[in-house]
Amino acid sequence: MRAIANINSIKEGGLRRYLSDKNQIGYNFAYLNESIKREIRRKILKAIAIPGHQVPYSSPEIPIARGWGTGGLQVTLAIVGPQDVLKVIDQGCDDSVNAVNLRRFISMTTGCETTTHTREATLIQTRHRVPDTPLQEGQILVFQVPIPEPLREVEPKEELTCRMHAEGDYGLMWVKLYEEIVRWGRVTVGARYPVLVNGRYIMDPSPIPRWDVPKLNQSPALLLFGAGREKRIYAIPPHTEVDPLAFEDMPFCVENQAGKACRLCGSRESFLDEIPDEDAFASRWVCSDTDYCFERRSNSSAVRSPVLVKRKELCKPD
Amino acid sequence: MKSTAAPILEVQELSKFFGPGCPQCIEATGPEQGNNVCDTCSTVVACHGVSFQLYEGEVLGIVGESGSGKSSLLKCMHLDEVPTFGSMYHREVGMGRMDLFQCSDQQKRAIRNKLLGIVYQSPHLGLRMELSAGANVAEPLLLQSLRPRFSPIRARIVELFSQVELPVSRLDEPVRYFSGGMQQRVQIARALAPSPSLLLLDEPTSGLDVSVQASVLDLIKRIQWDTGLPIVVVSHDLAAVRLLSQRILVMRHGRVVESGLTDQVFADPHHPYTQQLVASALS
Repeated sequence: MRAIANINSIKEGGLRRYLSDKNQIGYNFAYLNESIKREIRRKILKAIAIPGHQVPYSSPEIPIARGWGTGGLQVTLAIVGPQDVLKVIDQGCDDSVNAVNLRRFISMTTGCETTTHTREATLIQTRHRVPDTPLQEGQILVFQVPIPEPLREVEPKEELTCRMHAEGDYGLMWVKLYEEIVRWGRVTVGARYPVLVNGRYIMDPSPIPRWDVPKLNQSPALLLFGAGREKRIYAIPPHTEVDPLAFEDMPFCVENQAGKACRLCGSRESFLDEIPDEDAFASRWVCSDTDYCFERRSNSSAVRSPVLVKRKELCKPD
Repeated sequence: MKSTAAPILEVQELSKFFGPGCPQCIEATGPEQGNNVCDTCSTVVACHGVSFQLYEGEVLGIVGESGSGKSSLLKCMHLDEVPTFGSMYHREVGMGRMDLFQCSDQQKRAIRNKLLGIVYQSPHLGLRMELSAGANVAEPLLLQSLRPRFSPIRARIVELFSQVELPVSRLDEPVRYFSGGMQQRVQIARALAPSPSLLLLDEPTSGLDVSVQASVLDLIKRIQWDTGLPIVVVSHDLAAVRLLSQRILVMRHGRVVESGLTDQVFADPHHPYTQQLVASALS
């Protein structure tokens, strides 16, 4: 319901100038001027109305370079309100330089509360991950997208990819999957796995691992995607069908993490990062989602013994 | 056969102009004027007033010199070009009462993928050279359902390869490594892949040397014989058209100047242009 309330607040938007107690630095609320925010909100509404369709938008200047999360940041700035609780993650981590700086910038110009807890956040900006803690009704997840066009790899011309989307002409995308299976015996796409949204548009889910792709399907949260460099916004409304492209007899599968567990919290249900340990000639694995890992450790007396995986085992294909 | 069943395809008064067009265009062009460019507005009247019907199991040849409008006609029939006037009806689209030219681009794409197969003169137009031969044949098959199955498609490609007499061992090689004749066979396999209800051939053998021409013609003839697939073949090669088609249209300066059964037209051409064409071909 919160998502719908947020959509309503996007609609009402207007030229109201919020200034909270904490925002005393002389910028307009959320840095962008009101007319730009209205424009971005209009584009967001259009994107929500046509799930998976890329809507061009202005991608205005902001004090970070395009390609450093400007798309996600502009979307966040356009929809953030003083009542929001903000979380920013970079590859699942709340503490990376990029995440910290974006979070500071947004809270400095809005005065909104920030958190690292997925459950507490109303608005989450993310780079290349979906949190492992399940999202809830009313939350909004904003993705930073480097290449919004899923067909770019098979067709370099924008004019033609637009036409292909319009006509639903996705033969080339399927041909790519066909060729991968012929050559490698499986689809080798790691991140940016193409998905079919609402049975109509093929969409780039941003470079999230395959692990996260099933979380997009029927998600209770609103998913917004901003590509600042390419000037595109697209969206998946809550409870929308999102289907990874795959042959019926060669089903989509996530990364194989069999035999691996987080060395800190022991989790086998979350996406794991590989930490090479040169001395032991082995790899250690830890949760990519730091908040998920932290919560597990603080809530339970889970097994904390480090789990070592010998390198030999890593040579197995996914 | 003709009198009982409904035609597979019906083309009515199809015209294609390139240019602004003016009221004089139609009178100013045509075989009588010896011209297909309008003097007033410089519009090229590629073809005008072409009507015909195509029935089950029939092969229609369209002959004429370069610039006579036969390729523009074929492009319109494949829904690649939007004609200036005219309509086209297909038996399997909207109970045969829906004008294909009025369909949306998305519908046209679906019609092209399901019902129409095309073989171009140059394999570069019909194939993606960077992809493997198998992938080229796979593309139309992959579009037949929302969630295709890999193994049946692979099996169908192998079957098509043997049908067009291509070595199955070269299935996964890039198609650019193939010879011209083999590329033409890959095009034919691709056109036949979704079991279309109509095959369009645009100068299918013109770029090939004579012996390869003969074997490709042989292949087309055999496929037609086996499947009874209706074919429209456009060519300036009278011998090829004579071999393949039962009925022909002779075009000049964008107009159909003569039509009839192939043997009749060749044995007893009425229009002076046809006479000239037949005489020059057979001499």
